Amino acid sequence: MGKLVFKRPESLQKTPTHYCPGCSHGIIHRLVAEVIDELGVREKTIGIAPVGCAVFAYNYFNCDMQEAAHGRGPAVATGVKRVLPRATVFTYQGDGDLASIGLAEVIHAAMRGEKITVIFVNNAIYGMTGGQMAPTTLVNQKTTTTPTGRLEEYFGKPLKIAEMLSTVETPSYIARVSVFTPKEILRAKKAVKKAFETQEKGLGFSLVEFLAACPTNWNLPPVEALKWIEKNMVPYYPLGEFKVPEKF
Amino acid sequence: MPEKFLMKGNEALAEAAIRAGCRYFFGYPITPQNEIPEYMAKHLPEVGGVYVQAESEVAAINMVYGAAGAGARVMTSSSSPGISLKQEGISYLAGAELPCVIVNMVRGGPGLGGIQPAQSDYFQVTRGGGHGDYRLIVLGPDSVQEIVDITFLSFELADKYRIPVLILGDGLLGQMMEPVEFPDISVEKPAKPWATTGMKDRPQNIIKSLHLDPLELERHNLKLQKKYSEISDNEQRMELFMCEDADLFIVAYGTTARIAKSVVVRAREEGIAAGLIRPISLWPFPNKAFEKIIDRAKVFLTLEMSCGQMIEDVKLTVNGRVPVVFYGRTGGIVPKFRDVLEKLRQLDRSDWHG
Ligand SMILES: Cc1ncc(C[n+]2csc(CCOP(=O)(O)OP(=O)(O)O)c2C)c(N)n1
Ligand code: SF4
Repeated sequence: MGKLVFKRPESLQKTPTHYCPGCSHGIIHRLVAEVIDELGVREKTIGIAPVGCAVFAYNYFNCDMQEAAHGRGPAVATGVKRVLPRATVFTYQGDGDLASIGLAEVIHAAMRGEKITVIFVNNAIYGMTGGQMAPTTLVNQKTTTTPTGRLEEYFGKPLKIAEMLSTVETPSYIARVSVFTPKEILRAKKAVKKAFETQEKGLGFSLVEFLAACPTNWNLPPVEALKWIEKNMVPYYPLGEFKVPEKF
Repeated sequence: MPEKFLMKGNEALAEAAIRAGCRYFFGYPITPQNEIPEYMAKHLPEVGGVYVQAESEVAAINMVYGAAGAGARVMTSSSSPGISLKQEGISYLAGAELPCVIVNMVRGGPGLGGIQPAQSDYFQVTRGGGHGDYRLIVLGPDSVQEIVDITFLSFELADKYRIPVLILGDGLLGQMMEPVEFPDISVEKPAKPWATTGMKDRPQNIIKSLHLDPLELERHNLKLQKKYSEISDNEQRMELFMCEDADLFIVAYGTTARIAKSVVVRAREEGIAAGLIRPISLWPFPNKAFEKIIDRAKVFLTLEMSCGQMIEDVKLTVNGRVPVVFYGRTGGIVPKFRDVLEKLRQLDRSDWHG
């Protein structure tokens, strides 16, 4: 008998996924689940699901879950964490959810230094509602509401959340990662782990921004979509750690 | 003898909440309710509680959602424009059946309106306020002592029915000072096995309001409706003031009920058989009380600090059997004793049925 090297993390449920083929949400769920397993915190973890394609995250993560209103994840997480200061609390949010309608909630959670972890999935588009422009949509990127591409003179340039949140003075862990190669996936996992460790050590707020693929709304086959991240998103959204708490 | 304190309505409410076991408060400043968050900021830490000043009312109510979902007794307070912003969260709280207490110290509207006392949010609060088929329990006290009693009751009802309870006051009730005593009771907090506290030794708990399958959502809504009719059966509250032999009834709650009481006393001295029906629960509206007196009623006068909102519930209750007339002031103006008395005198005719 061979050694079992790949199995479902305990923090993921045995539910078949509803995500499109090649969607990054699945792999990002898995990384989060592996980290929760490795830190042994599953039984004290409360996850906050977003409104977006990941709204059913509560069916995938094998821990207690709350579903928040669109963009309000960090406020909901604040409520949970203040009541249960020893719990591990994370939000999982798309770029419409976090960077548009929920921008105030995430910035203020960071400012207060809420000891929560935010998993921010930037796929440069609104997935669930059918591919409209997000605040993170690249200049000239076509979406259903920017049919000729995002025009800078009308809609400006996309928001850089990781950079913006690193200007908040309260200590926190902020990183941007991606999933377009196995090497990047490994790096991403390290960042997720550091983010959760920041929370476990009580060092402050943590956020990991993922550059993620939405092949369906980008109109690209899955492999091309991963290449599109590397070619188009990475130059505008540089990867790396933007902020690490001093005492980490 | 229980100790008496001279307290402002807002402070008494905050103190009562703490004594009722509320340990979490999320707020955002707005006149005329600032004494509540300020009191909480000062006194919650003394009992191991947490006060957070949120970035907005939207955030505050969603913090309430998270805290309520984690099983805590939790409260937020605001005034009209802020309550409008909270409606998104209130709808989600109702959908997810989370217990919490929300205070609205109403000010005049619409829009930014003014900061003087009003009752113009009655429609909003008694019809749910946000989107979807839902209700809140809405309680409208008329004195500082009743603010205290209703605050205790609100936390109890919220937990019992897993429903948001809204306390409806106004700037006048919040600012006025009266002697109060706090009930000497030990607070019982029911177990909340549904709360998200970490899934050790039990299956996963999920707090949510999403039901994409229409049949499932219909089932959920019917379950909510069943709960609402149970509440309507069991939780109607009202005061009947000098109603025993009355035939001319003022209907008023909160601040206007205080005026109505003194008007009724004076009218009686003039030989007018006036009485006051004072709804305390605004939802459920205490329609049962009307049945006791409707046979001898010749007219109902609703007295409100609005352009006429509760009058619709009175009309629904009376259902055309007796005339219902309205008197009110709006914009933050409190109706004057002598104007209400004059209105009552005009209504004291014998030809209502003829
Ligand atoms: C208040 C409110 N506004 C709008 C919507 C509709 N809506 C659902 S998901 C979504 C955006 C999803 O995009 P994103 O957050 O980027 O997540 P993705 O689906 O791409 O993972 C919107 C606008 C909503 N549910 N609630
Ligand atoms: S629409 Fe995009 S984000 Fe949503 S599941 Fe499909 S690929 Fe993923």
